[in-house]
Amino acid sequence: MTDSGLVTVSAGWAVVAGAILCSLAVFAIALDTGLTARAQGARGGWTTIAGRFARLLRQRRRTTVAADTMLWRAGGVGMFIGAFFMVAVIPLGQWTLADLDVGVVWLNTIDVLVWALVWLTGWGANSTYSLIGGYRFLAHGLAYELPLMFALVAPAIAAGSLNVGAVAAAQDDDLWFVVWMPVAFLIYLIGVMGFSVWGPFAAAVATDITGGAGTELSAVDRLVFHAGRYLFLAAGAAFSVPLFLGGGAGPWLPDWTWVLIKTLAVLAVLVWSRRKIPLMRPDRFMTIGWTLLLPAIVVQDLVVSVLVVWKG
Amino acid sequence: MLIGIAFWVLAVIAVATGLAVFVVNSMARATYALAVSFIAVGVQILLLQQNYLGLITILMMVMEMAVMAVYMVMFMGMNPALMPMDMTHGKKTAIATSVGVFVLLAGGALLIPWPQRRGSPPADLTHALGLEIMGEKMLVMAVVGAVMVATIVAGVVLASHRTRYDRFGDDLRHRRVNDAQPGGGKQ
Repeated sequence: MTDSGLVTVSAGWAVVAGAILCSLAVFAIALDTGLTARAQGARGGWTTIAGRFARLLRQRRRTTVAADTMLWRAGGVGMFIGAFFMVAVIPLGQWTLADLDVGVVWLNTIDVLVWALVWLTGWGANSTYSLIGGYRFLAHGLAYELPLMFALVAPAIAAGSLNVGAVAAAQDDDLWFVVWMPVAFLIYLIGVMGFSVWGPFAAAVATDITGGAGTELSAVDRLVFHAGRYLFLAAGAAFSVPLFLGGGAGPWLPDWTWVLIKTLAVLAVLVWSRRKIPLMRPDRFMTIGWTLLLPAIVVQDLVVSVLVVWKG
Repeated sequence: MLIGIAFWVLAVIAVATGLAVFVVNSMARATYALAVSFIAVGVQILLLQQNYLGLITILMMVMEMAVMAVYMVMFMGMNPALMPMDMTHGKKTAIATSVGVFVLLAGGALLIPWPQRRGSPPADLTHALGLEIMGEKMLVMAVVGAVMVATIVAGVVLASHRTRYDRFGDDLRHRRVNDAQPGGGKQ
């Protein structure tokens, strides 16, 4: 659609893209389980993944009285497939599945769908804690979404395009965007943790409300909902590479390798940070989001715009 | 051919889910039926190769429906929103108005002599459409956007029961916020 020097591969390669995304999510789960085990003084831990996976697959589904099953299932299934749509526009080196001219907006649209999906999961169960979890997510969303949107604006302004390949290409032979728009990068990562219901933004599924939106989920429903969170985390990390980290740029190795290496690095930082940053209470984070993050990112956008105009 | 099939499938989905809004007895289902209807319309816009407008339509409508869920609890008193309820009211007026509007619009669409295409579509349809709608008024539109945001903020400030002076003290120096409810909700 736009001339960004990318090769659009045939739709069959979507299977490979999906497999890569799943591998990244499994990496995130393994790292998180490993870190948890280490924090408890045990070794390994990551070997339990297959067991937990199998247990959820063969568990018998339980349900609640007067559950809105249709909306409930829609929430969980949507969480699972959303991330696969998100990665469709991320270039792996010079290959991409869809060279969409508005790829950055595509990312934004899918992350907004999470608002609906988590709330539907919380609502559908017809259970108090579950519903509270759904509303906690909306409260977080109201605080992180606008800063995230403005954070996505910064690389797009600098590249003069909403095409993901063009944004990556704009960083060739030039400073990576992370260097001269660090605030946007930071807020982007906050947004990724937000739409993945992860780490400081896991209040919607926190233990103080017995798992929140996921309280009543069981069996395969539980599996797809929580797997979806990891998949979104992986997709968000992968998206930061073309947006801020120079895409496939790097010495010696081929560019697709660099995309994967950078993605793994960002993903590892996101997973690791879960036990370093406290859980954000939605009401407190509302203040942080609107009085700190939003002004900061607007100033960042202004600086980027002025620099772009100044450089001509 | 494929686009034709996609158009009709999406059209049926959009209308069917639009009707479902008034048939279902749960506010959540009504809200998200409307969201699905809008998503179908958004994909229709993508079929017109207006990628930006199509995606923004989906983004805005889904977000709007999610925020509607917040309002459902905020403004609906004793939470009838959480109970099964009839989604219609003022039926006679509503039906008369909607039938009238439908006849007007559908009649117009069928009877108007549609012009033949002259020339070819421009490369960037969204850009061309923006210029066509706004043209030289782009600056006015940009200013109006900022004014609208300022109006919303001012409206919320005027409507809010407690201000930052209630929360942080007259000199705004209280470190601990004086809230009856965490987050500064009403007392």
